[in-house]
Amino acid sequence: MAIELKDVSYVYGAGTPMEVRALDHVSLTIPDGQFIGLIGHTGSGKSTLIQHLNGLIKATEGDILYNGRSIYAEGFSMKELRSKVGLVFQYPEHQLFETDVFTDVCFGPKNLGLDKEEIQARAREALELVGMDASYDEASPFELSGGQKRRVAIAGVLAMKPEVLILDEPTAGLDPKGRDEILDQVALLHKERGNTVVLVSHSMEDVAKYVDRIIVMNHGRAVFDGTPKEVFRHYKELEQIGLAAPQVTYIVHRLKEQGFPIDGDITTVEEARRAILEGIRNRK
Amino acid sequence: MIRDITIGQYYQTESVLHRLDPRTKLMGTLVFIISMFLADTWIGYALSAVYLAAIIRLSHVPVSFIVRGLKAVMILLLISVGFNLFLTNGEHEIISFWIFHITWEGIRQAFFMAIRLIFLIMGSSLMTLTTTPNQLTDGLETGLGWMKKLHVPVHEISMMMSIALRFIPILVDETDKIMKAQMARGADFESGNLIERAKSLVPILVPLFISSFRRATDLAMAMEARCYHGGENRTRMKPLRYENRDRLAYLVMAFYMAAMIALRSLL
Repeated sequence: MAIELKDVSYVYGAGTPMEVRALDHVSLTIPDGQFIGLIGHTGSGKSTLIQHLNGLIKATEGDILYNGRSIYAEGFSMKELRSKVGLVFQYPEHQLFETDVFTDVCFGPKNLGLDKEEIQARAREALELVGMDASYDEASPFELSGGQKRRVAIAGVLAMKPEVLILDEPTAGLDPKGRDEILDQVALLHKERGNTVVLVSHSMEDVAKYVDRIIVMNHGRAVFDGTPKEVFRHYKELEQIGLAAPQVTYIVHRLKEQGFPIDGDITTVEEARRAILEGIRNRK
Repeated sequence: MIRDITIGQYYQTESVLHRLDPRTKLMGTLVFIISMFLADTWIGYALSAVYLAAIIRLSHVPVSFIVRGLKAVMILLLISVGFNLFLTNGEHEIISFWIFHITWEGIRQAFFMAIRLIFLIMGSSLMTLTTTPNQLTDGLETGLGWMKKLHVPVHEISMMMSIALRFIPILVDETDKIMKAQMARGADFESGNLIERAKSLVPILVPLFISSFRRATDLAMAMEARCYHGGENRTRMKPLRYENRDRLAYLVMAFYMAAMIALRSLL
């Protein structure tokens, strides 16, 4: 059970003067149960890449395998793929359209052709997962706050019970509290349901804190691919392509340069705290 | 999918036609449209074909790009050709059944009709291909400035037009995004009967309307914050001014029009 990209390229506006190669021979494997962070600056091809994963965009070249079968093969059901690979777009609250929260969340499972009880059970469960209790069910989605709208929209995808959950900048435009809540819930979901999660983000702090693996995109290519520690070791190269390592990594590196006994591969504040305390203790 | 429509699109390149004053191009388009209704002989059509070909050549827009725009009006074209072909009465009948007659006159008429429509579309799309929407509305506003004396709100109308044109690509993008988002939730826009398909548009239209309203209020707020209050005493950063190339273009237009009128009255 995995998604495999084989030499995938995608060209926007082929044959016009505005031709752009958004993906340039990308090969990746996304195994089951991994929590992946996809980072890159605007226009690096990350949004294009994730839209390939559930077949919304068809690759110009190359092939994508889902569980070993090509998604472009004849007879492959895109609808089934989209129910297994759930994609939450950037600003997902813009896609809400129903008169109340509950019905909107029902839209996804209803499209899967499930029976009514199952649809409602799934919608309820998804709303609970994102922390929206039954008191909001009757509310119009447009009366909610920004963060609540976003959670309802994410629930709309979760209700389809996807095996792979892809989130495109799920925290864009949220305050720090809303951001932490959403990311904690996603992390919890990954832990409890064992879903594969792909988190698109440009916040290194978020990514370093949660994910098992980081893929860095630049000019349509996957330039780095590894654990956060491995990737952030290249913080100088990351800077050259307009990205940066988490701030704490810089502090740790500076400390090390000053002769403080610390391991340079630190990516989260918590790790740094422990390492610094340990370093001080050892010094004494 | 929606991006394939080329009518009304701007084609970014460098050419004399791109540099012409938008008023000149508007006038040129008007002249060309009128001339197409004057033509009724082979020589007339040949002359306008040469004229159009020369302008396309000058515009540096690939012919294939212009021809692609014709696809959108193919059905209209076929219907009008069909009507002319089957329903024209004439002396030289070829085949006749029930109310349908195919005559030599009909074939001629259908052929001319097709050419006329194709030329009209190519000619007018050439204007939008070489003129940015902003230039176009600027041209309209300046060109129709005399109507202000008749209390026609020229500035307001052209401002509305330029806002509308400016928002077309944004709304196209937005529609694309919303469609994809709903497709990711399993929505299906392609199968089902007419009613089902119409219903399946609700998840696109509602978010689209909401976002349009949101954008409209945002824009109104932004305009007010910059003290916009209509056209009175408003100056331009790039005022439109006729250059020598515009004078030359008007001359060419005048010659072309004269030739077309002469052809019609002489032959």
